Amino acid sequence: MPVERIEGFQTGRSDADAEEQVRRGILLGTLDRAVSWARKQSMWPVSFGLACCAIEMMATGAGDYDLSRWGMELFRASPRQADLMIVAGRVSQKMAPVLRTVYDQMPEPKWVISMGVCASAGGMFTNYAIVQGVDTVVPVDVYVPGCPPKPEMLMYGILRLHEKVRTEGRVK
Amino acid sequence: MRAAELAERVRAAVAETAVVVDVVVARDEVTAIADRSDLLGALEKLRNDTELSFDFLSSVTATDWPGRSPRFWVAYELYSLSHRHRLRVKVGLPEEDPRVPSVTPAYPTANWHERETYDFFGIVFDGHPDLRRILLPDGWESHPLRKTEELGGVNTRYKGAFIPPVDRRTT
Amino acid sequence: MSVDPRAGLHDESPSGEVREETMIVNLGPQHPSTHGVLRLLLELDGETVVSCRPIIGYLHTGIEKNCEYRTWQQAVAFVTRADYLSPFFNELAYCLAVERLLGIEAPPRAQVLRVMFAEMNRVSSHLVWLATAGLELGAVSLMLYGFRERERILDIFEAATGLRMNHAYFRIGGVVMDLPEGAEDRIREFLAMMPGRIGEYEAILSRNPIWIGRNRGVGYLSAEDALALGVTGPTLRAAGVAKDVRRDEPYCGYDTYDFEVVTREEADCYARFEIRIEEMKQSLAIIGQCLDRLEPGAVMVQDPKVRWPGELEVGPDGIGNSPAYVKHIMEESMEALIHHFKMVTEGVQVPAGEVYQPVESPRGELGLYVVSNGDHHPYRVKIRDPSFVNCQAIPTMMAGGLVADAIAVISSFDPVMGGVDR
Repeated sequence: MPVERIEGFQTGRSDADAEEQVRRGILLGTLDRAVSWARKQSMWPVSFGLACCAIEMMATGAGDYDLSRWGMELFRASPRQADLMIVAGRVSQKMAPVLRTVYDQMPEPKWVISMGVCASAGGMFTNYAIVQGVDTVVPVDVYVPGCPPKPEMLMYGILRLHEKVRTEGRVK
Repeated sequence: MRAAELAERVRAAVAETAVVVDVVVARDEVTAIADRSDLLGALEKLRNDTELSFDFLSSVTATDWPGRSPRFWVAYELYSLSHRHRLRVKVGLPEEDPRVPSVTPAYPTANWHERETYDFFGIVFDGHPDLRRILLPDGWESHPLRKTEELGGVNTRYKGAFIPPVDRRTT
Repeated sequence: MSVDPRAGLHDESPSGEVREETMIVNLGPQHPSTHGVLRLLLELDGETVVSCRPIIGYLHTGIEKNCEYRTWQQAVAFVTRADYLSPFFNELAYCLAVERLLGIEAPPRAQVLRVMFAEMNRVSSHLVWLATAGLELGAVSLMLYGFRERERILDIFEAATGLRMNHAYFRIGGVVMDLPEGAEDRIREFLAMMPGRIGEYEAILSRNPIWIGRNRGVGYLSAEDALALGVTGPTLRAAGVAKDVRRDEPYCGYDTYDFEVVTREEADCYARFEIRIEEMKQSLAIIGQCLDRLEPGAVMVQDPKVRWPGELEVGPDGIGNSPAYVKHIMEESMEALIHHFKMVTEGVQVPAGEVYQPVESPRGELGLYVVSNGDHHPYRVKIRDPSFVNCQAIPTMMAGGLVADAIAVISSFDPVMGGVDR
């Protein structure tokens, strides 16, 4: 999927999007934008920290690299109350069904950030024990590479996800 | 006590049993090669001897030497809290019958260590209270740390390059 | 009129007898309070835990098998990710084991640097323990304080090794790079700041009635049980047994440093808390001694068949071989290029044999059992992780306690699932 370059506050809509916008009308278009803005403002992640990346995720939520600037410091224990799953760490074969179950329990709309190379592609562990990329188990919106990614890298991934949500949301 | 002295003491302690076949000193460590027939008896002797008193079991693991006989070598790392010396006891197991008595009656800590060794190598510990897989999923069929098992992993394609998993790479 | 609060809660069979059943509750593997992916099957009678069965393996990574397909130096990067909160200890145990197989010793400056970084790692690991223990038991502000101090340590790690976690800084033969400019001053500033912060944690927690109420008398594990189950580290020292590998089987010159092995007698969660706070103070003392005895010198052995061939330097895009070294191998010396190539692709050749090297990690005795068959690849790397063995003691510590105490128990012996499952 091509990555769009996003500048400033442009919505980055393509021609197809613009046509769709005209068809849906101004009222729904504005509603789309309002709802998308609201959804990205305070996404609550479900705590799915697995390994080393989880520690960096906790560091991102702590004081020095504060996630609460975007309303995201509240990691919900229950997936039913969360809308973002940051898969932080290596997913073993035993954990993959658990991952899918937690993902299925999250209500729509939901997004997934795959944090670290182990979650994105298996990482350095190309072996029998690790799922080679969680996108074989759940659909991923943003991949954040790194081993582990620095908190600034995770924050950049989160901000790209916010942009994605803001520009692509559709009220159904 | 120094390694050579410790080796002598170990030889003396288990001299009456035929279980310990050899005691080797290498790199400042003492290794006792034992037979599996009365392993618990030998370990009891090593524990009860007042100058040895190996009362702490650090780890139980195995190594796979395919092509050698015996194929599997189980290693018990023993430690003495009072004398602060270490001993390794190694037991060789043949390929067609990888069974060894469990040491959980003497050292309860061996419980999970032996489960892990069974999980990785398929070595059966007779008398273990609960011998089932511990780290791999319950239905897993292979014993991955055997040398005859592959590493696993998938092929990777990236921008026109084809990269096989680690154990299949020729470069 | 009083109503029996348990009326209607019993299962009445048709014949009228009252049966009580215990309830099985599954805790985890995804749960905010399990220090990673630990799953517990709790059998509850009301609020009391009758029995508990830990189920592990949700983070099994196959590190041991993967090391067998890599060179000896590459295996450092794998081993370091086992117990990811104390990466320096994994590397230290592995490098010491391989150095014993090779029959070499790291130069003195490298040994002092190893001790210094290991003790800083002990402090940072105990800070994560403090942060998560506080968070799980309700002292949520400790989460922020613990991570705030940890960031100072991670800044130093990043300046010296290039990474905040999983550094691969200790290599076979020494450490890979010397300290950068100004690192010693930064460490001294850190040492000056830290005792005050530890004082803050004690002020918040040590005489706090809620903290004491949740930790005193909870999770009792007697010395006999602990030794029988193979438990080591602060959990064992809380029961009065002064077992510390740094004192009993010294490595890297630990017998020349002045520090205490901290023990308590009560063997409950509060004792483990006190021990870890004290251990942080002891580690700060050791780091100060390291700084005082740092002498200029090599940080890697000189033997060309063992040492990592590069000369690393921090450049504009991170750490890499210095331009002078690159010029040497590319333009000046063919032999150096060939040697560099062979050392990087094939690596060290380690004589056949086996070694068990224990170190004292923040969680207990971390042992690396390394077997070589004379090749360029490790033949067998077994990580005896303290958390793996400590988790066996969970049922003993939890039985008879309340469900809420289960969380206190887990956080008190500080398991790291990366080490448990490897």
